[in-house]
Amino acid sequence: MSPFAIGYFGALIGASSLAAWSGRREALVGAFLLLVVSAFAGIVWGGAALRWITLVVALGAAAVGLAYSFRAFLAAVLPRDAARAIRSAPLTASFGLLTILAYIVTAVFAPAIAPFGESQIVGGAFAPPDDRMLLGGDQLGRDLFSRIVYGARNTVGIAFVTTVLTFLLGGALGLLAATVGGWVDQLLSRLVDVLMAIPQLIFALLLLTIFGTEVVTLILVIAVLDSTRVYRLSRAVAVNIVVMDYIEAAKLRGETLWWLITREILPNATAPLIAEFGLRFCFVFLTIAGLSFLGLGIQPPTADWGSMVRDNAQLISFGEVTPLIPAAAIALLTVAVNFVVDWMLQRSSGLKD
Amino acid sequence: MARNQHPLLEIRDLRIEGYADEKWFEIVHGVDLTLHRGEVLGLIGESGAGKSTIGLAAMGYTRDGCRISGGTITFDGIELTSTPEEVRRSLRGARIAYVAQSAAASFNPAHRLIDQHTEAPVQHGARSRRESAEDAVALYRRLRLPNPDEIGFRYPHQVSGGQLQRCMTAMAMSCRPDLIIFDEPTTALDVTTQIEVLAAIRDIVEQFGTAAIYITHDLAVVAQMADRIKVLLKGREVEEAETRVMLDAPREEYTRSLWAVRSFARAQNQPPAPSETPVVSVRGVTAAYGATTVLRDVSFDMHQGRTVAVVGESGSGKSTAARVITGLLPPVSGGVMLDGAPLPGDFRRRTREQLRQVQMIYQMADTALNPRQRIGEIIGRPVEFYLGLRGVKRKQRVDELLDQIELDPSKYYERYPAELSGGQKQRIGIARALAAEPKFIICDEVTSALDQLVAEGILKLLDRLQRELGLAYMFITHDLATVRAIADEVVVMKDGQVVEAGPKDQMFEPPHHPYTDLLLSSVPEMDPDWLTRLLQARGVENIGEAASARMDGG
Repeated sequence: MSPFAIGYFGALIGASSLAAWSGRREALVGAFLLLVVSAFAGIVWGGAALRWITLVVALGAAAVGLAYSFRAFLAAVLPRDAARAIRSAPLTASFGLLTILAYIVTAVFAPAIAPFGESQIVGGAFAPPDDRMLLGGDQLGRDLFSRIVYGARNTVGIAFVTTVLTFLLGGALGLLAATVGGWVDQLLSRLVDVLMAIPQLIFALLLLTIFGTEVVTLILVIAVLDSTRVYRLSRAVAVNIVVMDYIEAAKLRGETLWWLITREILPNATAPLIAEFGLRFCFVFLTIAGLSFLGLGIQPPTADWGSMVRDNAQLISFGEVTPLIPAAAIALLTVAVNFVVDWMLQRSSGLKD
Repeated sequence: MARNQHPLLEIRDLRIEGYADEKWFEIVHGVDLTLHRGEVLGLIGESGAGKSTIGLAAMGYTRDGCRISGGTITFDGIELTSTPEEVRRSLRGARIAYVAQSAAASFNPAHRLIDQHTEAPVQHGARSRRESAEDAVALYRRLRLPNPDEIGFRYPHQVSGGQLQRCMTAMAMSCRPDLIIFDEPTTALDVTTQIEVLAAIRDIVEQFGTAAIYITHDLAVVAQMADRIKVLLKGREVEEAETRVMLDAPREEYTRSLWAVRSFARAQNQPPAPSETPVVSVRGVTAAYGATTVLRDVSFDMHQGRTVAVVGESGSGKSTAARVITGLLPPVSGGVMLDGAPLPGDFRRRTREQLRQVQMIYQMADTALNPRQRIGEIIGRPVEFYLGLRGVKRKQRVDELLDQIELDPSKYYERYPAELSGGQKQRIGIARALAAEPKFIICDEVTSALDQLVAEGILKLLDRLQRELGLAYMFITHDLATVRAIADEVVVMKDGQVVEAGPKDQMFEPPHHPYTDLLLSSVPEMDPDWLTRLLQARGVENIGEAASARMDGG
């Protein structure tokens, strides 16, 4: 037995005993289960498996610690009301916030962070990782790490702009339909039904084939298609608000449609709409990545996570994990956004009672 | 009633806490309660007094976000606070039953009534499904529900509110419990329906010798139902006594103030000169929702400085009349005149000046105020919109209005509606209507969602404003005590028609239209023998929905 294994099991046994002695049930169960699993893994796969387990546990612990201290940090620096909301937030939400923040920083400061240019060829095709190229080269010999950093800017940036557009379009029309009602509502709702009847991805592929694959076209096509979902939500939310007496009072006062929508209805619909914004952002993000993977999204040489997975996919058959890193970047952001959205949903539903 | 035996329910020094703003607050501060077998205890108090919380605690249950933090609850020798959840669950439904305020919201709309009725006995193993179903029919018959053999096979939405409340009482009886908790069972009902439910509940509780806790804020109701009354205020007991003793000689100041609420009455104003033009005149209005006609040839006038009370059961068309006046529902024929000039039927075609003259105060202050606007904005908007005041002048005017409704401007200007109590919210609703400086205000059931003391404050405020500003009110209500307090003229409506109209003083003197008579006689009085005498005088078949239905037939 190596000194590492002895130290490893010693630490785990110590931790379980400590947890048992102090009566911490979850900690005891967790530590002891880990002990059993490690013993099994150690016997079957040897010492390397133990190092992997240590790495995973350490990463998890680091994530929890980061989330915990980030939450405390926010609670300390934010104004009173926001600090109170943060303090009661679950750790997942604080982890999500931190991750999103990291993505934003990466996207904004991409040129400063990336060691090479977006489409600069620095080495041979599929060059292995070394001191110069952290994650090696891609199929044309470009630095994979630099491209992932720039990809944050393109993929996340385009997804954000698209989602904002989606909400402006779908939200405005949904609120309008609910407030005016009658034939306006009928017309818009049936139009949305027609748009929704065609499978979204196929419809997007069709439209992009017709109108070309410039970034602006891409944004517009996805925004229009996705706005149908936002329309349905904002209309459903607004329909419940429109029947309130304060809306009737405002109508009887003679207020304009603009005032009704922006001052009376919208402030009461923000909570579900913000939650939907996070969710919708993920979907748009995945749609763009998916379209890029299919070759109709963001066009080369612009770095984009979806097309990066496709371009380097052949490496997977050689047992390399690098092509999966952009995919992991997508997955992590999606999970992070959903953590935050869950927290907001819980908050907005908690406000009701 | 044997008082010397072991009590059925004994609560000692009960303390309950609620969770808000990351802290636990005590909401019930050490209440004692003793209930013997077959006895009915009335719990009364304003909202927030802890009546329902104590009622639920009697089952060993607390709402989410509440916890029992001290004291003991002993039900028939079983200590409920320390006993395991399984034991408490086996008691609920079987030995302790609960009847909720809103039967319509408490029944599952997807199941037939009888299926919901048999659930508890089958679950607790008390009876088989079939026995229980037969028992249900027997109970329906005892509760005098129409078509007892058949009504159980309907879905909740196919049954009227009063019948549903009686079905719920039958359901509570399904396991023959020792104790039933009635949580405001008639609050949501019309007076004519309420009386039927009261008679049925009292009857069945007496027949089976069930003990009951009757929670309500209506003193006249509790006087009919309870043997003893306990008065609560903010989670503390004020006093407890036998019903008659309590009614005749309340000891505490607070109890006396509760008793005195119904005494607020204003003398009827002088009738207007025949030549005077009414502020608002409804002329031969017929109105319909789609193909259903809800108003038939309705006419009445409202004069400056006077109050017209429009009374009737729900569905009688009184709120629809208000919608026609405000222009939300354009009439099919007939019309509304403002100061002798016709008003366009649709509010969108009215001028801003016409809209300003007709204002409305709503029943539910919760939904009438935008929860995302501050009080200053809510009242400031009509000031700015109609009178064009901005900046400092607008602020001054809002402060004046807040002073007028007796709320301190410096304290309330920046608040959100959620930070106000029910009565304060209703005052803001009044201020918003006043901000337009109208001639005419429609008050739609403005006091029915409020506690009696608070409601009295609102009525006095409205009365004072009327005298100061010469306003004309249209007061929609189903509460005849309110009518007595504030009206000059009364319009009685039934099925979309005006059945009787005239000055208040005449209205409360016989002879009446039979429907007015039914309405008047159904208003509970503080006399504990009132229900008994009424039932003797009219007979059980001649009250509530049955009587109302007979009137339609004849």
